[in-house]
Amino acid sequence: TCNGHSYIMKNCEYQQIDARALGTPASSFQPCTEMKVPRLRRKWEVFPGKNRFYCDGRIILARQSGILPLTLGLIVVTSVLFFAFDCPFLVTHLTVCIPVIGGVLFLFVVISLLQTSLTDPGILPRALPDEAADIEKQIYTSGSSMYRPPPRTKEILINQQVVKLKYCFTCKMFRPPRTSHCSLCDNCVERFDHHCPWVGNCVGKRNYRFFYSFIVSLSFHTSFIFGCVVTHLTLRSQGGNGLVQAVQESPLVICFFSIWSVLGLSGFHTYLVASNLTTNEDIKGSWSSKRGAEDSGNPYTYNSIFINCCATLCGPMPPSLIDRRGFLPPDDIPPVAAADLELSSFLAKNDTNMVGMPSSGHTS
Amino acid sequence: MNETTVQLNDKTARTHILQDLQHQAAIASKVYVQRDYNSGTICKFQTKFPSELESRVDKQQFEETMQTLNNLYAEAEKIGGKSYLEGCLACMTAYTIFLCMETHYEKVLKKIARFIKEQNEKIYAPLGLLLTDPIERGLRVVEITIFEDRSIGFGR
Repeated sequence: TCNGHSYIMKNCEYQQIDARALGTPASSFQPCTEMKVPRLRRKWEVFPGKNRFYCDGRIILARQSGILPLTLGLIVVTSVLFFAFDCPFLVTHLTVCIPVIGGVLFLFVVISLLQTSLTDPGILPRALPDEAADIEKQIYTSGSSMYRPPPRTKEILINQQVVKLKYCFTCKMFRPPRTSHCSLCDNCVERFDHHCPWVGNCVGKRNYRFFYSFIVSLSFHTSFIFGCVVTHLTLRSQGGNGLVQAVQESPLVICFFSIWSVLGLSGFHTYLVASNLTTNEDIKGSWSSKRGAEDSGNPYTYNSIFINCCATLCGPMPPSLIDRRGFLPPDDIPPVAAADLELSSFLAKNDTNMVGMPSSGHTS
Repeated sequence: MNETTVQLNDKTARTHILQDLQHQAAIASKVYVQRDYNSGTICKFQTKFPSELESRVDKQQFEETMQTLNNLYAEAEKIGGKSYLEGCLACMTAYTIFLCMETHYEKVLKKIARFIKEQNEKIYAPLGLLLTDPIERGLRVVEITIFEDRSIGFGR
C-alpha cells in the first residue's frame, strides 16, 4: 500500500542518515491507524546537558542562571540613577557629552553581558554510542609495553610539551586539550576558562571575547560613573547645598565597591589574554615552573603579547558545534510489515552492535 | 546513497534513497579517524590510513582527501590580516555584526561540506563508503561508514 511504502522509505531514511541520530532511545511503535506525519523535533529538545533554550533554540542559557539577574539589575539601577540624578546637574555645569558617553558605555556593557550569557561557550557535543564504543575498543586493545599510563588518559606532545588528555566519562570521549567538563552545566567546554555565576554561563572558547569586553567596558563604565559622581559632589558641595542629600541620591556606594573588584578582574584577565592562558590553567598551575626540573612552559603561547591578544580576542569566531536548531530524524517508526522486518530489527538494536556484525556474502 | 543532507519532507529524495537501497541492501560498520592534537588545538585529523579500509580504497587517495580536509580547516582557523579585521570590526560594533554577517569560518565550513559531498559522489560512494562531515560529529572525528552489500557479487 501507499502508506506502507512511505513507512519503508522512512525506515530507509533513518538508516541512511543514521549518522545524524543523537542516540535517542529506541523508537516506539505506533498503531497502524496513525498516519499523520509526526512533528519534527529539533536537537535542542533532546540536548543532554543542563541548559535551557529559548526562541526555538536560538538562545542558550545555563540551567542555573546564577546571579545574572542581580548583575543586570545592579548595572541598570546604577546607570539609571546616574542618568536621573547626576546627568542633569553635570550637563548644565560641564558638557552634554557626559550622558552621551555614559549611554554608549552602558549599551556596550549590557550588550556584552547578554552575549556572554546567551551564547554557546564552546560546548562539545557528546560522543554517539558507536563512536564511544570505538574509543573503548581502542583503550583496551592499545597500550605501549614500556610505560603504561593509567587507563582513561592519553599523553600527547604539543610543541615539545607533554599534555595529558583525560577521558570524560559523561561525554564518552577524550577531551581535547584545554577542554574541561563543567559540572554545573554538565558539558565539556572547549578552552574552558571558568563558570561565571555573575554571568550565569560558562566562559569558554566562543564567548571569552564577549566576557572580556564585558569586564573591560564595565570597568570603564563604573570608573566613568564614579568620576562623574565625585565631580558632581565636589561641585555641589562648593555651592553649599545639602551634601547628605547628594550622597543619598548618588550611585556612589555601589560603584565604589564594585570598581575595585571589576578593575582587578579586568587586570587579571588582561594578563591571561596576553599570556594565552585560561583561568583554569592558571589556578591549577598547569604550566608553572614548579613542576620538576623540566622546563614546562605554556605550549599554546605564541611568545608575543600582541599575537596572543590578537589570537584570543580577534581570532576567527568558531561555530557552535551543538547544532541546536537542526532537526532530529523522525524517531517514531510504525509497526513492521513482513518486508521491513530485517530493517526494523536492525534499527531497534543498539548501534554498538553494528561494528561486530558478520558480513555474510562478503567476498574480497 | 551519499545523502548527507536529506530533506526529510522531500519525496523525490526519499525515492532516490529507496531505489539505491533496494539495489544494495547494506550492513554498515564504521571507522573513526580521530583528531590530531600534536599541533595544538587547531582542527586537524590524523592522516594515518585505517587498516579497515585497506581492501576498499587506495591509501594515497584517502590520505590526499584527509590532507585537503586538514588544509581547509587550517584555512578556516588561520589568524592573519583578514581575521584580525573581522575581529576588530566585530569588537567595535559590540559583536553585533555576528548576527547579520556570516563569519569567515562559516564560509569555509560550507566549502568543506561541498568538498565532502563531492568526494563522496566521485570517489567513495562507488566503493561503498560514506564520509560524514566532521561538523556533524562536533569536529571530533571523521566517521567513515562502510557499506557491505548482502546481495551477491558486491564487496570488492
